[in-house]
Amino acid sequence: MRRLLLSAALVSIVAWSTPTLSGFCGFYVCKADSKLFNQASQVVLVRDGDRTVLTMVNDFQGSPKEFAVVVPVPTFLKREQIHVGDKALVDHLDAYSAPRLVEYHDDDPCRMTTAEAFAAAAPVPMLMKQARDEGRRRSLGVTIEATYTVGEYDILILSAKESAGLEIWLRENGYRIPAGASEVLASYLKQNVRFFVAKVNLKEQAKLGFTYLRPLQVAFESPKFMLPLRLGMVNANGPQDLIVYTLTRRGRVETTNYRTVKLPSDMDLPVYLKDRGEFAKFYKAMFTRQVEKHDGRVVFTEYAWDMRWCDPCAADPLSGDELRNLGVFWQDGAASQAPNVYLTRLHVRYDGAHFPEDLVFQETPDRSNFQGRFVLRHPFTGTAACDAAATYRRSVWDRQQQEAQRLASLTGWSLAEIRTKMRLGDPPPVEPAAWWQRIWKN
Amino acid sequence: MADPRLYQIGVLSGLLVYGMAGLDFEITVPRAVLLLGTVLATQALCDRIDGPRPVNWKSALISGLSLCLLLRTNRPGLAVLAAVVTIAAKFLFRIHRKHLFNPTNGGIVAMLLLTDQVWVSPGQWGSVAFFGFLMACLGGLVVNRASRSDVTYAFIAAYCALIFGRSLYLGEPMTIPVHRLQSGALLLFTFFMISDPKTTPDSRAGRVLFAALVAFSAWYVQFRLFRTNGLLWSLAAWSMAVPLIDRLLPGTRYTWTTQSLPQQTVVRTTPSTEGARDRSWGWGPTTS
Repeated sequence: MRRLLLSAALVSIVAWSTPTLSGFCGFYVCKADSKLFNQASQVVLVRDGDRTVLTMVNDFQGSPKEFAVVVPVPTFLKREQIHVGDKALVDHLDAYSAPRLVEYHDDDPCRMTTAEAFAAAAPVPMLMKQARDEGRRRSLGVTIEATYTVGEYDILILSAKESAGLEIWLRENGYRIPAGASEVLASYLKQNVRFFVAKVNLKEQAKLGFTYLRPLQVAFESPKFMLPLRLGMVNANGPQDLIVYTLTRRGRVETTNYRTVKLPSDMDLPVYLKDRGEFAKFYKAMFTRQVEKHDGRVVFTEYAWDMRWCDPCAADPLSGDELRNLGVFWQDGAASQAPNVYLTRLHVRYDGAHFPEDLVFQETPDRSNFQGRFVLRHPFTGTAACDAAATYRRSVWDRQQQEAQRLASLTGWSLAEIRTKMRLGDPPPVEPAAWWQRIWKN
Repeated sequence: MADPRLYQIGVLSGLLVYGMAGLDFEITVPRAVLLLGTVLATQALCDRIDGPRPVNWKSALISGLSLCLLLRTNRPGLAVLAAVVTIAAKFLFRIHRKHLFNPTNGGIVAMLLLTDQVWVSPGQWGSVAFFGFLMACLGGLVVNRASRSDVTYAFIAAYCALIFGRSLYLGEPMTIPVHRLQSGALLLFTFFMISDPKTTPDSRAGRVLFAALVAFSAWYVQFRLFRTNGLLWSLAAWSMAVPLIDRLLPGTRYTWTTQSLPQQTVVRTTPSTEGARDRSWGWGPTTS
């Protein structure tokens, strides 16, 4: 029996890209992309007016014949409204918008230099069985409005008179419907929602030669600017992570039925976070703590930026072609120019208890920039023997003490352990030079 | 209570401070000062031109605080314009000595129509803010025993019936309508906008009809047209029908005992009379 993934979006496959850009405000070191979060679904929503292009990414790891997805869609979809996309585009979007770590190096306290050394940032490592019986299907009140094969997928557009019939039909056709789905299906059906049902066509997949499942894209026109979560929560085993990238024309997107909160950003943290795996551990712990702090009822903004630039860049902005392939259908300037796109990256950890209804969005005219950016400040390690050096060393110790406390407060980690990892000892004494030393100093 | 408006100012100020400090409302202290300063200055100017009479600072402050809580824009110039429009509209759009639009509602809707650079964030409220605000609003209702609170009750009843009714029809769990009603913006609307005695119909039947029409249209915009700010659009639209409702359902006007007096005389009343007037007006921004 095929395994059914009842979800608005599917788990992502993310490959590391190799961004090599340095930025103006600090040097980009590494990022915390969606790969950090197990079972994080990724969805790209391109929206302007009522026109929407939805891209659903999955990193389904099992056998393709086990894969199936059921997504409520607001309108009937013609064949041309369905497309199989390129997951590299979403990987690129993920890399571009991921929370990032940047670093600065303190200058020699004994030298009054304003020159800042710029160095290149280190590259851093994202079907379908036929309805067995036409008569049976009719008796259940299920209508197959259309059947398409698009890329490696067999797709059905279903409508139904009642949820019980739809549930039975799906079960009889090999979909593992979780208990409790019927009520959710019923409420969607009463809103004239269609169901987009996709399975992998193994023959087509073999012909095309893909070893992974590419993202499914659908384009439709509807006043509903929302993402259905409820079906995905029916059989959820604990909270799920969802990353929503919205590409819009005017500005930042926020949820209207839940609080949208910006994650903590732009703060100095201990430099050991640069060590392998440490930033990822930090970001996961920090995110979890923020979810708890807000009682698990908020949607977090991780990134909000005009897509034509970035600073510092975790990856190059997407090109005009890449954006068009993701579904950006408007063009503001010359065809060769990248269209005017504003990216909002929202991250939500949801479950039925805290997110009773689907996410509803609105586009705002807010074009102010926000990014998850964490700063490492490396102390000067050379020899410094001037008067200012002792004061400098004490100020570094004070700074590192604050960084340790901030990290402990953001993650809930033990302050003592953080201090150990930082090798933060007692404060260095500040001994002012004797008055006679200052007279004849060189 | 001498003047319910002081209670309202206290509630709104507390909410604003909590929103800015604890809920990351996207409004800065300078922006709040700018908005409040502009509403007070505009009110002073309009009172002087229309009067002369003492500045009705309490009403202006209530409108200004509501703007701080609801209106968002990145452009300070538009914030100033919104504050000016909010207050000036009270003096410009008047029929039979009643202003047509609730000031905050009119100001926000005008700005949404005039420019695409403002927005309202209906999801910005946390549950603590919601329940705290709810208690304060209900407290105000009890303390002030407002006779004009019928419009508030009628609106709540109609809106809840529609929200719960739709969920019952769709077979949704009741956590969904309950979640939808847990909105600070809805409370602000219910207790500070639609209840505005200066803009609601004179008769009780008219007010109940008005509340039901506003509730239905707001629900329709939100859940049938799937657009945001249904409450604001609906109240602004139906406010224009109030003169007609007053004509079709004329009230006994017992709440407008001072209305036979010219407008400016009303504002100059002694504190005790003003208090009595406010009680008769009920729980709403008693603007003039």
